[in-house]
Amino acid sequence: MVDSATDSITVSVWRGVAGSGDFQDYQVPQQPSQTILDVITWIQRHLDASLSYRFACRVGMCGSCAMMVNGIPRWTCRTHVNKVMQERHLTVEPLRNLPVIKDLACDMSEFFEKWRQAEGHFQGRRSRDETVAAISPKSSQRQAANAAIECINCAICYASCDVVAWNRDYLGPAALNRAWSLQNDQRDRAQDERLKVVAGDAGCHQCHSQQGCSTYCPNELNPTASIAGLKRMSAHWFMNKKYRQRHG
Amino acid sequence: MKAHRKQPLYFAFLLHRLSGLGLALFLPFHFYVLGLALESHAALDRFLHWSELPLVKFAEFGLVFLLALHFFGGLRLLALENLPWSNRQKNYAAVAFAVAFFVACGYLLRAI
Repeated sequence: MVDSATDSITVSVWRGVAGSGDFQDYQVPQQPSQTILDVITWIQRHLDASLSYRFACRVGMCGSCAMMVNGIPRWTCRTHVNKVMQERHLTVEPLRNLPVIKDLACDMSEFFEKWRQAEGHFQGRRSRDETVAAISPKSSQRQAANAAIECINCAICYASCDVVAWNRDYLGPAALNRAWSLQNDQRDRAQDERLKVVAGDAGCHQCHSQQGCSTYCPNELNPTASIAGLKRMSAHWFMNKKYRQRHG
Repeated sequence: MKAHRKQPLYFAFLLHRLSGLGLALFLPFHFYVLGLALESHAALDRFLHWSELPLVKFAEFGLVFLLALHFFGGLRLLALENLPWSNRQKNYAAVAFAVAFFVACGYLLRAI
């Protein structure tokens, strides 16, 4: 517990545009229950108004404020300084695997584009004129969909994934997790098309199961489990297809 | 090592890849020795005599450890990808490592 605001933290913040930049150190007074986002906001308001970063809700719902803190991707609005500070020092960088716009703000376009490529939008079977589909919350498919559904698109999984770093076409954990959720949604009608995309060269079979995504997901989702599910689903689809080809 | 990689299942991934690489590098040597059996009995006998040296025995322990590590790590991955998901992946990785070590130790005890 910190009793006064006189104790200060040294914060190394990455400053720059696009690929060029460097760390700049700031001294920030430590406060009780202070979050990383509080620290960054304090720097911008008191030390350097030109510091760029992104945030919105400040309560862990919007997924805007993710950054690399001491080399680990975290949601900064709900990461307390005293839990991650090392010898009164913090390092804050923009998210890994995404192009930097300026300072701590990344360009999220490719992240959301991959979500779209993975057919991450719901395509209902029924029109608004029909009755609502009756889905049992106890069905195994609905439970699998629910387990993957609380993603806030913070891109922390994307930043922690080495496969994304090695293969720029790889769809990434968030888009595949979303695809898995929709593949288990009995109301969705695009499952065959989606499975072809997610089982392709840039899809689920690229995953090396390092589980960085699951380790660092702030909502405690498990994209690796979702990707493993897609692998099983695509293997079944492939074997069924071969069986149908042979036996008509 | 980058901070985000310091988690047990990354080390499991790394060990699986490195053990596979080690075995791939060993394979040409393995085939060469098998070839000796066909080409020259005398050369094979010299090799077998050389393989009785303590240091070679210990190196064989390392080789069996790599093989067992890759085998049991591979079984874990097959289970991960083909069976219903289990949240005990860290446990399974630790078990794979421990079993591989015991298998290699068992081999060493029989060899000496």
